[in-house]
Amino acid sequence: MPEAPSVVLVTGVSRFLGGHLAARLAADPSIERVLGVDTTPPSREMRRRMGRAEFVRVDIRNPLIGKVISTAKVDTVVHASLSGNPGQSGGRSMMMEMNVIGTMQLLAACQRSDTVRRLVVKSTSAVYGASKRDPATFTETTEPKAIPPGGYAKDAVEIEGYVRSFSRRRPDIPVTTLRFVNLIGPRIDTSFVRYFSLPVVPVVLGYDARVQLLHEEDAVAVLERAAAQDLPGVFNVGGAGVLMLSQAIRRAGRFPLPIPQPAVPLVGRFTRRARLVDFSPEQMRLLNFGRVVDTTKLRTEFGFTPRWTTVQAFDDFVAGRGLRPWIDPSRLGQAQDAAVAVARALPTGS
Amino acid sequence: MPEARVIPLRQDGGRPRPRPAPRRASRPGIGSLTERTAAARGVDGDGGHSEEAMDAVAPTTGGELAALPAPKGPTELEARVAAVGEFLQRRLTGRYAVDDFGFDRDLTENVVMPLLRPLYDTWFRVETIGTENVPTSGGALLVANHSGTLPLDALMTTVATHDDLPVPRYLRMLAADLVFGLPGVGAAARKAGHTLACNADAEALLSAGELVGVWPEGFKGIGKDFADRYKLQRFGRGGFVSAALRTGVPIIPCSIVGAEEIYPKIADLGPIARLLGVPYFPITPTWPLLGPLGLVPLPSKWYIEFGEPIPTDSYDPSAADDPMLVFNLTDQVRENIQQTLYRLLAGRRNAFLG
Repeated sequence: MPEAPSVVLVTGVSRFLGGHLAARLAADPSIERVLGVDTTPPSREMRRRMGRAEFVRVDIRNPLIGKVISTAKVDTVVHASLSGNPGQSGGRSMMMEMNVIGTMQLLAACQRSDTVRRLVVKSTSAVYGASKRDPATFTETTEPKAIPPGGYAKDAVEIEGYVRSFSRRRPDIPVTTLRFVNLIGPRIDTSFVRYFSLPVVPVVLGYDARVQLLHEEDAVAVLERAAAQDLPGVFNVGGAGVLMLSQAIRRAGRFPLPIPQPAVPLVGRFTRRARLVDFSPEQMRLLNFGRVVDTTKLRTEFGFTPRWTTVQAFDDFVAGRGLRPWIDPSRLGQAQDAAVAVARALPTGS
Repeated sequence: MPEARVIPLRQDGGRPRPRPAPRRASRPGIGSLTERTAAARGVDGDGGHSEEAMDAVAPTTGGELAALPAPKGPTELEARVAAVGEFLQRRLTGRYAVDDFGFDRDLTENVVMPLLRPLYDTWFRVETIGTENVPTSGGALLVANHSGTLPLDALMTTVATHDDLPVPRYLRMLAADLVFGLPGVGAAARKAGHTLACNADAEALLSAGELVGVWPEGFKGIGKDFADRYKLQRFGRGGFVSAALRTGVPIIPCSIVGAEEIYPKIADLGPIARLLGVPYFPITPTWPLLGPLGLVPLPSKWYIEFGEPIPTDSYDPSAADDPMLVFNLTDQVRENIQQTLYRLLAGRRNAFLG
């Protein structure tokens, strides 16, 4: 029977999604306790925002997490710590450790627990990979044509595998797996956000990916809804519509810098060394082919329609970050007026 | 949410050649060359470039305009400069809409079609027959024969469905994955509204009421030897029929005559093809003998005939899982196209003069 949660455990609270989710849950008086878990303490501003939510500094790779769950009698676990940003997670191998081993440990603790009765897992649409042989939109049942070779996407594929075997072993616990597309917004910090903030944005020569985005607020709202109700299943989560990569760069007022395919890894290494953007090879493939997910199931079965479309989310990001366009749109208008004036002056016109 | 306003560069009119289609009867619009020059010049520059483009082509359209009663308010030229300016502004600020498949209507209408039109009108002098057989709205699956080494037949069909139908329709084609892996080509194909040939995409487009084009012979058809011209190859595995059955849309057989002669493939260099990762490497009388000149297609005279629609809504959607029915329908479509090809060929005296 669907019961409102009373003790909620949120992982990854020192990052945007986990922190804001903990804050939202803490603001709900029907929830008795909100426990936030992470290896690093959240920022002061985030802690203030989280209000009465308690922060427990514990590594989810440590069996201690099981103790936290049993002593606090946690009934709802929201695993929001899956990260695709190695810069924030202490490097690539550390990120993989945290993602995969952390999830295994957390799932093991949940399996032992007799109080947990709902599990929400944040996953990513990167599990679909990105290749030329993929259909235009992925539904939840689409098999990836090319299994992601490594990095974040492979972590996510493995995590989903563990989550599936968990639900086989504990069929009594409804599990919601949410496959998020790339998040964007004025406050969140992801590789994608940094990428669009570059003054000149590198793109792969001859490719123009379709980009689907989700607003940060929508992402938090989806997790909150999943934590509050029993909505088992796998759901794609993304805003409506798409932007072409080139179009997004133009909307942000940036200039694309086309790079031939063979030189892409080189440029990727450079931006990583220079601490500008850290894209894993699998995310680079996204820049070639893009990825769009079908969100019909989210809207009908899950009952959530993102408030921001992809375009609106991107525009909110551009406005919120105060990205100054290189070309002033009003100058373009003036250029056009000048052109029309010249045409009027021409004797051949009529 | 404010979306990009699509302002057609071309008004209702289109080409100088008189056509029976009613929509071009109203007023002579802009010559395709005009737009092409303007678009090509202006795309990488700022708005200022467009005026030179207009300047350069103004004399060619002057005569046509003189025949009209003097327009009030802004002149044709000014309107055109404004339209090109608006287009460039939209492109530079990203204010245009694309659908989930990446179809960019603004670009297709203002750049892709004007680029293809000279080839369609002047080079191949395409004549369309049976345009009334293509439904003016709703999903429909257009099935055509494939030939000509390079898929120009597919591109010309997109122009045919856009320009020669009473109501212009964008043909959304299903293409091989090879296309989407090629730099430049793949991105352009997506922007022109085409997608990967797979059941998921075909059904999604058909249920959205789009006109979908499929060339079921695939590489076997387009890459066949000149000696085998107009002999239809196997029609894939009938995937297109099951997509039509599941969505209940009519199948429109489409027969294209003339595309076989554009690049007569007399031999195939298999090892080079394997090296390049393409299905075939053609030898034609001019390629690779004349170098890049060999890429110029021979100016054959083309006919595109749209046959009578084959309805599929009388079948249950589950009929798509009946392989026998799918095979039979596939054969029916194939036979229909083959017979039409023979009929058109019998009526043609010369491949280049028609």
